[in-house]
Amino acid sequence: MPITLTVNGRPETLDLPPEMPLLWALRDGLNLTGTKFGCGVAACGACTVHVDGQAVRSCQTLLGDVAGAAITTIEGLGNPAALHAVQAAWAEGQVAQCGYCQSGQIMQAAALLATNPAPTEAEIDEAMSGNLCRCGTYPRIRAAVQDAARRLQEV
Amino acid sequence: MARLMKIARRGFLFGSVALLGGVAFGWWRYATPQDNPLETGLAEGEVTLNPYVLIDQSGVTVIAPRAEMGQGIHSTLAALVAEEMDLDWSTIRVLHGPASAAYYNAAVLQEGVPFAPTDTGWLAETVRAGMDIPAKFLGLQITGGSSSIPDAFDKMRLAGAAARAALVAAAAARLNLPADQLKTEAGAVVAPDGTRIPYTDLAEAAAGVELDREPVLKAKADWRLLGKSLPRPDMLGKVTGTATFAVDLRLPGMRFATVRTNPRQGAALLSHDASVAEAMPGVEKIIPVENGLAVVATSTWVAMQAADAITFDWAPAPYPATSAEIDAILAASFTEDRRDSVNRNDGDVDAVLAADDWQAEYSVPYLAHATMEPMSSAALLKDGRLTVWTGHQLPSQIAPEAAAMTGLPQEAITVEVLPMGGGFGRRAEMDVIRQVITIAKAMEGTPVLLTWSREEDMTHDGYRPAARAKVRARLDGESLVAFDFATCSSSVVESQAGRLGYNVPGPDGAIVQGAWEQPYRIANHRVTGYRAPAMVPVGSWRSVGASQNAFFHETAMDELAAQAGVDPVTFRLNMIDHAPSRAVIEAVAEMSGWGNATPGRAKGFAFCLSFGVPCAQVIEVEDTPAGLRMTGAWATADVGTALDPRNLEAQVQGAMIYGLSAAIRGEITIADGQAEQRNFWDYEPLRLSQCPPIAVRVLENLDRIRGIGEPGTPPAAPALGNAIFALTGQRLRDLPFARTVTFA
Repeated sequence: MPITLTVNGRPETLDLPPEMPLLWALRDGLNLTGTKFGCGVAACGACTVHVDGQAVRSCQTLLGDVAGAAITTIEGLGNPAALHAVQAAWAEGQVAQCGYCQSGQIMQAAALLATNPAPTEAEIDEAMSGNLCRCGTYPRIRAAVQDAARRLQEV
Repeated sequence: MARLMKIARRGFLFGSVALLGGVAFGWWRYATPQDNPLETGLAEGEVTLNPYVLIDQSGVTVIAPRAEMGQGIHSTLAALVAEEMDLDWSTIRVLHGPASAAYYNAAVLQEGVPFAPTDTGWLAETVRAGMDIPAKFLGLQITGGSSSIPDAFDKMRLAGAAARAALVAAAAARLNLPADQLKTEAGAVVAPDGTRIPYTDLAEAAAGVELDREPVLKAKADWRLLGKSLPRPDMLGKVTGTATFAVDLRLPGMRFATVRTNPRQGAALLSHDASVAEAMPGVEKIIPVENGLAVVATSTWVAMQAADAITFDWAPAPYPATSAEIDAILAASFTEDRRDSVNRNDGDVDAVLAADDWQAEYSVPYLAHATMEPMSSAALLKDGRLTVWTGHQLPSQIAPEAAAMTGLPQEAITVEVLPMGGGFGRRAEMDVIRQVITIAKAMEGTPVLLTWSREEDMTHDGYRPAARAKVRARLDGESLVAFDFATCSSSVVESQAGRLGYNVPGPDGAIVQGAWEQPYRIANHRVTGYRAPAMVPVGSWRSVGASQNAFFHETAMDELAAQAGVDPVTFRLNMIDHAPSRAVIEAVAEMSGWGNATPGRAKGFAFCLSFGVPCAQVIEVEDTPAGLRMTGAWATADVGTALDPRNLEAQVQGAMIYGLSAAIRGEITIADGQAEQRNFWDYEPLRLSQCPPIAVRVLENLDRIRGIGEPGTPPAAPALGNAIFALTGQRLRDLPFARTVTFA
């Protein structure tokens, strides 16, 4: 029984098992590889996407549970020609090192700022602490989230 | 990347283009240059001026000989060429070079010589220079050892300057003007009357130019790009999810694989039952790989589910089965017959030290690399050709390995190097490469992507070795008069090179790295390395031996300063003459407000010279109801010449955080012959909320350029431990600290 949902504004019909995690439906089913596999147990945040605007760990979100939902991945947040404010802040702040965790970091930050346009330092720390980075970009992530908040308020 | 793949596919289309550079300019120092690997696969309209420069109608592409694993090396390597060629940075394109001996790395071998980095005497320098010869003949294309910049600094600037000179000569011939009347700017040659000829129009003519002398490099004062913080060319791809890591490769008809191999590393698979897995929808093939099985399926998820459904009977580990047994072997290895090196032996330690002098023992555990991207690689064996796509720190090793496994000639093997989702030393191994080639052979004609689970990744690693140290010392008033430092671990070189099929004779400098070469002047000073038996596989982990020895050394120094009643920074400065080392120590003290205490908080200091870079760090901690919390961190490092200040800052911050992750919670423990930790919930790196603000200052007092990927890691753990002592009076001699104290 195919599952229909919206991914980055496009309706998609996926003939995949409902118990397949959304992460793998995106990566192997739709070839949307911007969303990363890091741990498979929601411990690292690399797979973070938005489901109806909420940041979720797609490795622990079953495809069958998001039937009919609107999914946004890093590819749908913005693109190289039209960056989302969070992506622009990340680029300006030269945040990424290896870059593998950054899709998840950016999706997490975008979800935070959508609900809390002016987070305090403590709120940023709390919201971003589920997203691991092994390169150690945390100081720049903190600064970029604040920069993105300013950019979003200027729009 | 697409362009390089295209190059690889085109074969010998354009093989006769004249090679510029090389012997003609003398910038390869030896008579026979390595071939330019770009020559053999040029597409129509593409010209290569040397192994680092490719020009086509759309512009100039710089070929980076080192792998990008997050350290920003592609950006800085490209800047070396772009500076000399006067390219417009906004148009710069960078590709990883094909695996080739042309991109050999001399600097990584130079640092293996038994001379302290601070020793610039003639003997040390002669031996270092001599290492260029074996490196070139070995054709070792390795990314590691903070060596990329020292290796490339002259080579790639000369490549850029040679290319520029050839382009100018071509323009001079076309305009019938003397070359010295022509300028270059923004990718074009400019004549006195303002006529601009883009490099793209000159490339083909330039490829036929023979230069009659070695090009002259720009003076540092004339640099426009080097010394400035440049936006990384890979940034846009990494913030938009469009950067392609190996794990992201998608090819028509691709199948997805994962592996399960014996978690008792190196031991066999005795038997298994895959009947349930075989019946799962989407499972296409189950293939034996070394010590385990691979499952090939229609998605990675199906492959992982199927692997979980297989029952395995694993053989016992070929090493002691528990951490307690391993630790006992380490503790018992401080013996004469296990003595591996005494690289430092000033004065007469034995005559000065007595049995009742101060002594302490320290220990550190095994550590996993835990890159964010689990191990992955793709391969396709088709029509007598094998292509391997991988993020790798040692790509030149892959083709020989693949040739041996497939029986194909090396010319039939293509290695495409992709950006790595973290390396830290882990991606210099061949395990994943062998597996993906085994799978590709069984799936001939079908491209396969192999992705490890996090659990496979955590339990299969060449770990940072567990290590122990014994330090004895004597103070005379405020002075340290004798210091006997003994450190013991299994040998990384023996283990890692052994897995590559090499036998490296002689002592392993990594066992004592970060200890023997420290610039401390102590009248009676001995550093002894003991080689414990090979046990659990070990490997290069960011900063290698300095990662454990700086903790041992700098914790001991802090203890001795406290006993002497001397401020820890002053205590070091009293023993260090090396001016760049003194400068980083003084700078970090000034930056951190060392000596000015905030109530409820305390600071700790540590210093380590590793990979030639003196690095000093201060960490401040406070005690909160939830536990210890880091409230500030400061770091200074000297790289001689700072090419990209913002990237240097990122590397020092990142290296420090890597060290702090290990210091607080990092440990791999062994039970039943296998790692007990499986995923990030039980091998938990530092999280953002735990990370202090980190201020970095980079100095330029060294007499030569140095790399920065690793030197920021070693001082982090001792600086934190020394801060905890300053705050609480509790001395922590064993890592990780969270075994003993609570962190917020």
